[in-house]
Amino acid sequence: MADPAPVPPPADARRSFLTKLMAMVGGGLATLTPVAAGVWMTLDPLRRKSSAASFLPITKLESVPDDGLPRQFPVIADRNDAWTGFAAEPIGAVYLRREQGSDTIEAVSATCPHAGCFIELDKRDRCFRCPCHNSVFTLDGGIVSPSPSPRTMDSLECEVRDGRVAVKWENYYSGIAEKVARP
Amino acid sequence: MSDAPAPHTRRGPLAKLADFFDDRTGYRAVVHEALYERVPGGARWRYVWGSSLVFAFITQMVTGLVLWSSYSASAQTAWESVYFIQHEMAGGWLVRGIHHVMAQAMVVLLALHLMQVVIDGAYRAPREVNFWLGLILMQLVLGMALTGYLLPWDQKGYWATRVATNLAGLVPLIGPSLQQLVVGGPDYGHHTLTRFFALHAGFLPGTLIAFLVVHLTLFRKHGLCAKQPITKPDCMFWPDQVLKDVVAMLAVLAVVLGVILLPAVRAMVEGRPIDPGELGAELGAPADPSQPYAAARPEWYFLFLFQFLKVFEGWGADGEFLGAIVVPGAVLGAMFLMPLIGRWKLGHRFNVLFTVAILVGAGLLTAMALREDYAAVWADREAYAHVEQLIEETGNDPEKIAAALGNDDTRIAEFRAEARELEAIRRSEAFFAAVEQAEADAHRAVELAGRPERIPPGGALELIRTDPLSQGPKLFAQHCSSCHAHVDPAAPEAAELLAASSAANLYRFGSAAWARGLLDPEQVAGPAYFGNTAHAEDDMVSYVTDDMSDRDSWSEEQIEAVAVALAAEAAVVGDESLDPAIVEQGRALMADEERCGSCHHAGDNETENGYAPDLAGWAGREWLIGIITNPNHERFYPETNDRMPSFGVAEEGGVPALSETQIGLIADWLRGEWYRGE
Repeated sequence: MADPAPVPPPADARRSFLTKLMAMVGGGLATLTPVAAGVWMTLDPLRRKSSAASFLPITKLESVPDDGLPRQFPVIADRNDAWTGFAAEPIGAVYLRREQGSDTIEAVSATCPHAGCFIELDKRDRCFRCPCHNSVFTLDGGIVSPSPSPRTMDSLECEVRDGRVAVKWENYYSGIAEKVARP
Repeated sequence: MSDAPAPHTRRGPLAKLADFFDDRTGYRAVVHEALYERVPGGARWRYVWGSSLVFAFITQMVTGLVLWSSYSASAQTAWESVYFIQHEMAGGWLVRGIHHVMAQAMVVLLALHLMQVVIDGAYRAPREVNFWLGLILMQLVLGMALTGYLLPWDQKGYWATRVATNLAGLVPLIGPSLQQLVVGGPDYGHHTLTRFFALHAGFLPGTLIAFLVVHLTLFRKHGLCAKQPITKPDCMFWPDQVLKDVVAMLAVLAVVLGVILLPAVRAMVEGRPIDPGELGAELGAPADPSQPYAAARPEWYFLFLFQFLKVFEGWGADGEFLGAIVVPGAVLGAMFLMPLIGRWKLGHRFNVLFTVAILVGAGLLTAMALREDYAAVWADREAYAHVEQLIEETGNDPEKIAAALGNDDTRIAEFRAEARELEAIRRSEAFFAAVEQAEADAHRAVELAGRPERIPPGGALELIRTDPLSQGPKLFAQHCSSCHAHVDPAAPEAAELLAASSAANLYRFGSAAWARGLLDPEQVAGPAYFGNTAHAEDDMVSYVTDDMSDRDSWSEEQIEAVAVALAAEAAVVGDESLDPAIVEQGRALMADEERCGSCHHAGDNETENGYAPDLAGWAGREWLIGIITNPNHERFYPETNDRMPSFGVAEEGGVPALSETQIGLIADWLRGEWYRGE
């Protein structure tokens, strides 16, 4: 088909400014409404809080031998994952350590403060090692330099009452020098 | 067309239909535009990378859509649906394999395309914007690779993603919020999967398509950036360059299919059946937040970033920020500036050198990461025996080590260097052990998922957490192994392990073989039985060593009958074919109040429990659960329990050390009762 002969554009109407303004505002509102609703929903995770930040029972005092060597214990708590509720699930792990003859316990989180991997205990060399980026920590959680880790292992508040050990379980942001608990 | 030449060519119905659509859409011009592009200097192999990438992306869209139609993104269904795709659906392994391997091919093709564009100077005016679009497309592809890694929700993807998202938290100001948004909440779970899936299959490919359309439109607008100097005559895109492109696509496809099918060829050569689990993409054990995964590594094309974090050892928090955010960001920023740098006299050379340096650097870092992980393969472990020995003797105490080396600084420095090398080897060994464990876990998970009972609604993790074979060894190691050994007496390491144990060896506990050892005067007081316990001097030991070695009171046949009868009580897996006549004879001897029955309750004898363990149902499931729960119960050792804790008894207000389920798992594992595949 041959192109039709060009038709001259209509003369600009006087009130065209108002028309343009209304078209832009209306079109903007129409498209922004679903976008705004979507953003609102997308930001929902920001108002969710971690389920655990309380003292949780871990074990009995006598289960932590007083030889200065840390032992690993699971942290068991009820956990919600969005719509699913888990009763008494392992939500993390701690290392508990007791010096000879002592009745107090030092607790450190098994989560590496560098990038969040799971720190392992090297019984032979009497130190902690992270299998991901090779951070090494002393038995009390101190840094062995040079280390990729920006801070010592995260110590946790620990209570011994009536021969039972409870730990205040918290997650911390990784990769920064300060120990900051996640909300 | 008819043979007869006609002055007015008659057009057939198809041609008429084509005319109808062309009149209304103008498609002929579009097709012509698309195919008849001038290629200055003729078709060349170096122009195939862009087309190959488009081909790879289309392959990913096709296979991805098919996978999507069978995938279910939630913490209880992701692994399960991928298992079903990989192991049960017709062609599932092939589609998933193509998607997985083609993703890796895409990363390689991206690197080649980038190299070709930079070397040919195709980023220079007027193509700057298209170069920037290409860099954005590259990041979108890498983003899809990163998000896709998590979707099977296996251990590998789960733990690697934890690291990746933790690094996202390091972005200044918005980091923590960004991380929480990506993860879908404070913890990893359903919403991590749904979000990653929405990114992987919706947002990222959608954005990619939009950018790709603009990228290709601009490419056509500017024409091909021909390799200079032009020596050959020009040609058209169709068919000369298209043919070369198609050959390249086929080559990419052949490599991808080769990678997928290689294990099948190997299986055929070795004459064993082909396992769909080894074809195409791997599927690890289901993600378990409580089960650490020491072999967590990103996909190979991200290994250089993983290794890069180790470079900043000792830099503290700045190191991780530099390694994960600043340096990669700066490199990308420099690439965006290439078109501007290229205007400078030596700019092009700089850009080429820079790109080569980045690719070589990434290659070297990848090689370093692999070399660290695989160090144990070529290391001479024996050469470090003396280092290991000294560390062991001194408990790794620096002062003692210095003293042992005569406080000689040279020797200490030498020792330190060797100790570091040894440490690297041991790390590599730990990596291998973790990989081996991960493979065993993955294999077991698949085996359990394939049971006729299928996967329970709680998901595959529930399947593994209730599997005696998976959990037994872990629970035993954590709660039992500080006293009990569990080792085949014929194993080379048995003697050492038995000597170190302070209670009976529970390997095949309850079997006729175990019972024979118990009744053997040579063994009963040995380390595999009562030797290292407080019972070493008890009546049982003296009865076996004195009375049972006396052939006037006990014949060998009678002892064997008791051993077999004990095994019949236990009925562990592997002892199914005991002779009923011998069992009957042994049961009578056991219940005999002149013999075993003088201390033990057995059969229908009238001996009361309390002095010696009950032989009725000895080592059976219920008996084992009973003794682990409470060894001080009158059926077991109410008076003479030697240090064994009551694992199932809670102190007031407390929780027992082991749950009923856990105790049942240990009992089943000791008895060999677990699901065995066909």
